Amino acid sequence: MVERSINLNNLDKELLISLFTDVIRLRKFEDKVYQLFLKGELPGTIHQYQGQEAVAVGVCTALNKTDWITSTHRPHGHAIAKGVSMRSAMAELYGKETGCCKGKGGSMHLGDPEVGMLPAIAIVAGGVSIVTGVGLAFKMKNTKQVAACFFGEGATNEGAFHEGLNLAAVQKLPIIYVCENNIYGASTAYNKTTLVENVADRVSSYGMASKIVDGMNVVEVYKAVKEARDAIANGSGPILIEAKTYRFAGHSRGDAKKYRTKEEEDYWRTLDPIDRMKDSLIENNLIDNETFALIVKNIQEEIDDAVVFAQQSPFPKVEDAFIDAYASDMSSPTEVQK
Amino acid sequence: MTTRRIGIGEAIREAIAEEMQRDENVFLIGEDIGIPGGFGGAFGVYLGLPEKFGHERIIDTPISEKAIIGTSVGAALMGMRPIPDLQYSDFIFECMDEIVNQAAKMRYMSGGKLKVPLTLRCPVGTANRGAQHGQSPESYFIHVPGLKVVCPSDAYVAKGVMKSAIRDDDPVIVFEHKLLYGSKGRESAGGMDLTAEVPEEEYLFPIGKALKKRDGNSLTIISTHLTLYRCLAAAEDLKNEGIECEVIDPVSLLPLDTKTIYDSVNKTGKALIAHEDTFTGGWGAEVAALISQNCFSKLKAPVQRIAAYDVPLPVTPILEQTVVPSIERIKEKIIQLHKMELK
Repeated sequence: MVERSINLNNLDKELLISLFTDVIRLRKFEDKVYQLFLKGELPGTIHQYQGQEAVAVGVCTALNKTDWITSTHRPHGHAIAKGVSMRSAMAELYGKETGCCKGKGGSMHLGDPEVGMLPAIAIVAGGVSIVTGVGLAFKMKNTKQVAACFFGEGATNEGAFHEGLNLAAVQKLPIIYVCENNIYGASTAYNKTTLVENVADRVSSYGMASKIVDGMNVVEVYKAVKEARDAIANGSGPILIEAKTYRFAGHSRGDAKKYRTKEEEDYWRTLDPIDRMKDSLIENNLIDNETFALIVKNIQEEIDDAVVFAQQSPFPKVEDAFIDAYASDMSSPTEVQK
Repeated sequence: MTTRRIGIGEAIREAIAEEMQRDENVFLIGEDIGIPGGFGGAFGVYLGLPEKFGHERIIDTPISEKAIIGTSVGAALMGMRPIPDLQYSDFIFECMDEIVNQAAKMRYMSGGKLKVPLTLRCPVGTANRGAQHGQSPESYFIHVPGLKVVCPSDAYVAKGVMKSAIRDDDPVIVFEHKLLYGSKGRESAGGMDLTAEVPEEEYLFPIGKALKKRDGNSLTIISTHLTLYRCLAAAEDLKNEGIECEVIDPVSLLPLDTKTIYDSVNKTGKALIAHEDTFTGGWGAEVAALISQNCFSKLKAPVQRIAAYDVPLPVTPILEQTVVPSIERIKEKIIQLHKMELK
């Protein structure tokens, strides 16, 4: 059983409030996205992040601005935490021209190179092979940047996981592998597919370091990444951090979660990263209810503004379908295909 | 301009060395490419390069095709210009996700904010190595928007187009025929001279431009790699029978230089596409459809194709040479097409 109260580790008040605020930002953003999706405003499908917010916020806050991340089919939280504005993320979910991928990426490919995030890679473990190259480029150019790669425990049975981690270890690449172990790959529990109890246990076969953290505790995630980052940037070799977490939402829209018990869900609800952090901050006299209400109000305004921005933005022009496939000149495919 | 005769292997080595010299972001990554005392890649193309450029830029990897291409894609996204190596093109199926889902789509998914300048070399072609070391899989990749596919068949084109590929901001797959690498290939390729005059001075050959290898008015042949040489030999043999074949090397399959092809077919009225890749769904089918769609009023006969038969590649020479297009089979097809007239 996890200790519910959060050890704030004498971290700076401003930092603690920022971590707390971002965890709420991710939650409220996702809650709004869910409503908009049910209203039929967003095309496609969505994979939501409620419950796992402490991981994205802890990791991205501990990284430098110039560090990069890769993400998965469940990228909304990673994007907001890394610095994609809510306006540009929401517009992308609406399929608008002002979205961070000009409407071509959508929910599953949310990301923005301008804030150090590749378009999210929606093939399970796809990011694990790509991030190796991001790290290799940093190493070859000696930039002292780090890449963090988010993936779920389900990705660890993919070939790309083993090939990618092994190569990164052997090349001592500046990469932090962040496994968000939320127990389920879609509807299938980790222990039905894998006999090794912890993902972290698997990486000793690559000679790689690892650490297990409470993924519902933003301070613990932040500290683990902060402690690892600088040594990794200087060539100590990659690390895998396994964050034990839980998605409160279903796998994707339409998942009734019948494969999970109520008892299990109730247990993880007691570890809600927002409530735990709020209680700990209040216990330590770092916020009061009034401040909390103000934080939530500001976030609500940011979200409302993002929704209006997205709704009022134009859709891409029809001709835009034919650009961006190539960087160099290629005759429009429609010439022969019309 | 000073020139000398060299084979494709040497031409590609020169292209890579020149581009590595020119741009420090260019690097090689793959299996067995730089190990001291090793082979310099499966076909010796990289011999001498590690001594010149060091092991920081010639990176030997585990046998991990997904990681090699994934790493190349990631590095390309960060501004490097990787040249990954997978040894045999047959091994490309180990990393289809990294090529098709990642390399080809990253730019589009990002709304044009990213680019993926990587050049993947893939040796194709049967050489008594059987079903898993002799395929010509280039056709799979012309089906993938976001990729470019080139098939150099002589040393001049190989050097120039390899340099263009390395400088290109999109992912380019360069398919080379392993029997065309150098003098060793000459015997197994039927004693044909496969070297070409290559300038000492720097030059580029553009991606997307075809080459006319032979002039003629009777019919147009479009072919690449070793089959191209067999077509040229067949054309030479049939000259005495009054059949004048025009032979075109498309060089680049994606993008395809349709103008050169249409101009020729509009002149001759007949077209034959020949390749070592298998028949059904091979790139010849695409070219045949394009010709039918765009040159229909000038066609005097149905567009013909000749390709490897739709079976896996056998090893024993008598079976292998039955499966892939031989000079004899090509000649029969040419004669057949020459006689055809639409009524």
